[in-house]
Amino acid sequence: MLAFAITPALGMFIAFVAITLVITYFSARKATGSAAYFAAGRSIKGWQNGLAVAGDYMSAASFLGISGIICLKGYDGFMYSVGFLVAYLTVLLLVAEPLRNAGKYTMADLLAYRLKQRPVRAMASLSTLTVSTFYMIAQMVGAGGIIEQLIGVPFAPAVIGVGVLMLVYVVFGGMLATTWVQIIKAILLMAGAFALSWMVLARHDYSLTAFFNNVAVADYAGTKPPVNLLDPGMAYGASAANPYGALDFISLALGLVLGTAGLPHILVRFYTVPDAKTARISVVWATAIIGVFYVLTTFFGFGAATLLKMSDIPLDAKGLPNGNMVAPVLAHVLGGEFFFAFISAVAFATILAVVAGLTMSASTSFAHDFWTNVIHHGREHRPGEEVFVARITAFFVGAASIAIAIKLGSSVNAAMLVGLAFAVAASANLPVILFSIFWKRFNTTGAVCGLAAGLVSSIVLILLSKNGLYDAKTAPFPLANPGIVSIPLGFLGAYLGTILTARDMEAESKFDELSVRSQTGLGAEGATAH
Amino acid sequence: MSTPENFDPTPISGGPTDVSPLGRGGEKPAHERTASEDGDPYDWSAIAAHPEFAALKRAKLRFIIPGTIFFLLFYMSLPVLVGFFPALMKTAVWGKVNIAYIFALSQFVMTWVVCALYVRAAKRWDRMNAELLAKFPRR
Repeated sequence: MLAFAITPALGMFIAFVAITLVITYFSARKATGSAAYFAAGRSIKGWQNGLAVAGDYMSAASFLGISGIICLKGYDGFMYSVGFLVAYLTVLLLVAEPLRNAGKYTMADLLAYRLKQRPVRAMASLSTLTVSTFYMIAQMVGAGGIIEQLIGVPFAPAVIGVGVLMLVYVVFGGMLATTWVQIIKAILLMAGAFALSWMVLARHDYSLTAFFNNVAVADYAGTKPPVNLLDPGMAYGASAANPYGALDFISLALGLVLGTAGLPHILVRFYTVPDAKTARISVVWATAIIGVFYVLTTFFGFGAATLLKMSDIPLDAKGLPNGNMVAPVLAHVLGGEFFFAFISAVAFATILAVVAGLTMSASTSFAHDFWTNVIHHGREHRPGEEVFVARITAFFVGAASIAIAIKLGSSVNAAMLVGLAFAVAASANLPVILFSIFWKRFNTTGAVCGLAAGLVSSIVLILLSKNGLYDAKTAPFPLANPGIVSIPLGFLGAYLGTILTARDMEAESKFDELSVRSQTGLGAEGATAH
Repeated sequence: MSTPENFDPTPISGGPTDVSPLGRGGEKPAHERTASEDGDPYDWSAIAAHPEFAALKRAKLRFIIPGTIFFLLFYMSLPVLVGFFPALMKTAVWGKVNIAYIFALSQFVMTWVVCALYVRAAKRWDRMNAELLAKFPRR
């Protein structure tokens, strides 16, 4: 198995790696000092950051996962596409500009601004590390499986390879290298999505009517009885086996639309631009790019079901069709070996860019929030210490994720890990972000209670569901998505924690300052001079 | 507390009482700052109390609150309708394309429209912001 030929896919993987390593080399020379390392010197342009946000966001779960679930489950899979996009309105309207104005490197900068630094930062850092680590293990496991099937490298070496590359980008290149890896990946992904969609439409004589008529009687190239994939209900329809299907669907939608605005690796991207206005422009760019991408999932998701035979799709460890392989297999059927290699390289780039972004946000939070502000009371003991600690942390976070991913193997439920990340982000992070911007009375106990309630309730509810420790029949919590319960609990925890404890006059007296800073951008850290 | 015999009174380098930092980064201790470094460069409460700041905040909230309620209702009505009224949503309206798919696609259009409206409104906020901040130069 170790001896494999240099296939076109492997060649393109190597080309991508070579280009990104050159970028890392040049970024490394600039990555000195905290603002340069953590926030790319706040010098990224609006459209560049828009592409990087898109690149950070459209993970393997988006590209490979969504095309697979739409191909196999039809309309219900398309709901992910819708939710992932609409979520950017939450980011744009409520979070991006105040966060950029009032913070430096992490989400906790905003939360701790007028509250007691140490408890709030410790909890926020814990929540950030939880979200990032779960998300990353999911990506790593996906990466290992995909590389195993695409170029025939076994699971463990594939995971180690991805992990080591990601560490090189993060440890040496910092946020600047990570940003450029994400920009290149976003461009490659959009090119791949357009090419796939165009080829699918070509097979339907470039007629939208013909395309949708075929999707309505999708028969997997004659290998299954036809089904109308445009009809909702194949995954989340109410049935005797799944009486809470509709509620689960609503819970999923809620988690998607509110979770993105609490994902630490997305939030830290807004610190890489010079000011809030540029942060706004970058969200608009991201919304345009991500929107076009998810509209295109219509073609290569639904289209795959009309063009692929069921037997074309490889099986996963449980013997079910592996949705993650739908996009690469579709590329092979439509465009031959070379196009298959291109789409595989895009998938590989996608995974690398996302895990690099996740490692970056996890290590930034540990170094800036936990090390500097909780342990050392807000002061670096020697210059460059924060960046040094972040590099060490990146190494440990990377090594831990590699080890856990290999230990869990390809059998782990990646959907559960990603679902958990979104649930924690929506239930723990978003309530406290909103309250600290908009509610004067909000205090430290409220922040800690809100973070804890959201974090604990989402983890417990997932463990009690069929995606956790139980199977579908015995699960004490009947929904696969905890959002509909855990998000209100997060808000309630933050609210009760605040009103049941004494008013914090110091926090309230700093509300004016935070309010002016977050609304006007006065005193915000600008771009560093070069 | 009694002083141990080997007590060393040398100030800790880089500690808060170290008055002649050599190669030490970060902030100066409070007693070392000059008057211009000591004060806050902006009078935050004066800005917060200024009627133009209140107007700016009101203008933002007048867009953000209804905007957020609108997009959340518009978006959440999709899973609610699909979940509880699947038969209605399966009605084909354009060839084989049904209400469910059209409604899902309309979410994309809705997102871009709200985005564009926000950007247009934000241009006005930027102007109000610049006028307000011009009245409060860094001191």
